[in-house]
Amino acid sequence: MSSDAITIDVNGKEPSYLEYKGKGRGLKSWIFSTDHKRIGILYLVSLIFFYAFGVLFGFLMRLELIAPGRTIMDPQTYNQIFTLHGVIMIFLFVIPGIPAVFGNFFLPILIGAKDVAFPRINLLSWWLFAVGGVLAILSILLPGGSADTGWTFYVPYSVRTGTNVIFTLMAAFILGFSSILTGLNFITTVHRLRAPGMSWFKMPLSIWSLYATGWVQVLATPIIGITLLLVAIERWFGVGLFDPALGGDPVLFQHLFWIYSHPAVYIMILPAMGVISEVIPVFARRTIFGYKFIAFSSIGIALFGSLVWAHHMFTAGMSDTGQFVFSILTFLVAIPSAIKVFNWTATLYKGSIELGPPLYYALGFIFLFSIGGLTGLFQGTLAINIQVHDTSFIVAHFHYVMFGGTGFGIFTAMHYWFPKMFGRMYNHKVAKIAFWFLFIGFNLLYFPMFIMGWLGMPRRYYDYLPEYHIYHLISTIGSWVLITGLIIMFTNLIRSIKKGKEVKEMNVWGGETLEWHIPTPPPLENFEHIPTITEGPYEYKENEEPQLEEKH
Amino acid sequence: MTTEQHTIGHVHRDDIGSRMGMWLFLFTELLLFGGMFFLYSVYRFMNVEAFHVAAKELNTLIGCFNTAILLTSSLTMALSITAIQKDNKNLSIFFQVVTIVLALGFMVNKYFEWTAKIDHGLFPGSETMLGLEQGEILFFGLYYVMTGLHGLHVIIGAVLIGVMTRLTIKGVINKDSFVKLESAGLYWHLVDIIWIFLFPLFYLIT
Repeated sequence: MSSDAITIDVNGKEPSYLEYKGKGRGLKSWIFSTDHKRIGILYLVSLIFFYAFGVLFGFLMRLELIAPGRTIMDPQTYNQIFTLHGVIMIFLFVIPGIPAVFGNFFLPILIGAKDVAFPRINLLSWWLFAVGGVLAILSILLPGGSADTGWTFYVPYSVRTGTNVIFTLMAAFILGFSSILTGLNFITTVHRLRAPGMSWFKMPLSIWSLYATGWVQVLATPIIGITLLLVAIERWFGVGLFDPALGGDPVLFQHLFWIYSHPAVYIMILPAMGVISEVIPVFARRTIFGYKFIAFSSIGIALFGSLVWAHHMFTAGMSDTGQFVFSILTFLVAIPSAIKVFNWTATLYKGSIELGPPLYYALGFIFLFSIGGLTGLFQGTLAINIQVHDTSFIVAHFHYVMFGGTGFGIFTAMHYWFPKMFGRMYNHKVAKIAFWFLFIGFNLLYFPMFIMGWLGMPRRYYDYLPEYHIYHLISTIGSWVLITGLIIMFTNLIRSIKKGKEVKEMNVWGGETLEWHIPTPPPLENFEHIPTITEGPYEYKENEEPQLEEKH
Repeated sequence: MTTEQHTIGHVHRDDIGSRMGMWLFLFTELLLFGGMFFLYSVYRFMNVEAFHVAAKELNTLIGCFNTAILLTSSLTMALSITAIQKDNKNLSIFFQVVTIVLALGFMVNKYFEWTAKIDHGLFPGSETMLGLEQGEILFFGLYYVMTGLHGLHVIIGAVLIGVMTRLTIKGVINKDSFVKLESAGLYWHLVDIIWIFLFPLFYLIT
């Protein structure tokens, strides 16, 4: 089929994906490109755009809580702001964060393929993502205002409130569809397009985690799709499905919601764990400790993570046996997660550690994720769960996991792969300064929430008693430090896309995985010849030569 | 440095990969309906009597007729794939068109069935409906939502097969490359099999 083949003149060198424009020009060469690398960049840009909104809403929320009583907004606005913050951060930043951006860009490269299995479906999934994102933001401008239900959309309130819940529901539905298509694409790609010689146990660990994530995306997302659709149908047509006035059961909604939304937190964290597993061996300059354990723990997390949803509902009415079983399963999920943390630290032990910026962020991940994970165990304990249920303890816990974990994972990935993606290097010193701002700001912002939550401060409350004031004050100041860090970090990165020092060498960090053995930035089709893999991904040797045997 | 030309773009064809992608997609569809079957079973368990009474309102004859139509359409779909494998293009097109006609027939029946219900005042939010017992409201709510969403899938399937017919006429789908038609067929069988579960749950268990 030569109609798709385009011949261009590049002085004998294959053009990089940044140079090759395809059929369109300018913006069109991006938004209609089926190149997985360009789609990855598209996602990156849209993600940062939505993230800015999410941060803004979080900032406003914290500002309102700086002192008891009204500070800058009325309670209704506050409810809408925290809903938007949640919806945007979860569906538009954390879930697509690593798979859609770095998975798209690097998954095919890491397994030695030219593209994903279904490039056009890949582009479609970005379009769905964009439409969903715009819908979510658009709801603010329409009469009625954006949803005020919280990102959980609990019925019956979500059926009765007068705000534009439909828009937010549809946004989440469409974004779910986009996520399914990405997962489906990755699973098929991993099965079908691995380079010759790349057996399952020669795959880089990030591929294992993306693969496990893909399955969770495919198997869990449809459930929330249908559940949100049913709530929308209930609002549109008054069909009785969950509304107790018509015989429905709201607790059933909660079950259906969490059957997706708990596995969804593993969609968020697994890919970040994959990134950390790539970065640690490269900067410790030694092979990863316990490759198979890390690989299987990804699958283990995906498996057990799908069976623990009801631990969100211990106080919602459930049999004692049910509570007991879900509590035990919750503890079991901690095992594979801990296996990963122990293996990363074991990899660092006696390594020749080079403290590059990506390792800073990766270590930040391990520290914050460990706190987040351990406090998760508190909540898995039935008795303590009742004490901390719906308090800001929970808010602190999931921010430690989702932001301290996945968020820092995304930052790690950004700093690790930036030179490969753009062929430029950012300022290392600034990146490290930004890290300290982020790290200190983060702990100032979220740690007080553990304490006040323990003392009984409910989450999502607009107002509070004076004895909580000091914690809220520290937390709000922390948010300013954190945002300063974000501004420094993003300015450094964005500025470097144009002005950073040019990177010509293939292997900036001395990694052994395949992306470091192709030109920087990657050529259009990644590999001139598909490599044959003979060794595992983390085999460091004294004399580092690319180990690619060329196959013609 | 000498100037040479590079050819960009390669032909990538992987029928097994395409099939795998389709099966994964079908999983997601099954889970989507699975969520509703889950609701149905819980609500049925909670309102056994009311579901029993409400199910008597449904017209088993139309339901049977529609089941027969869909089963036949699955047969014609499978025949059209076999026909293309045997390089009989016209026969394949014929069977695809028959499948589409059967799909339309199903929708026409559905239309009459729903209109009859609505004429009796049985639709979400109506006074008659709100006057019923809560379990019955749930039954009819699920009936409309589940058969409605299934109907939507029938329409999507019919459009999909329509596209396949066009591709077959143009020769894109042929004896050597029929994975697209096969995937459309898989989708159609899924639509069929979901109906096979809907039919007894709503029409037969009274």
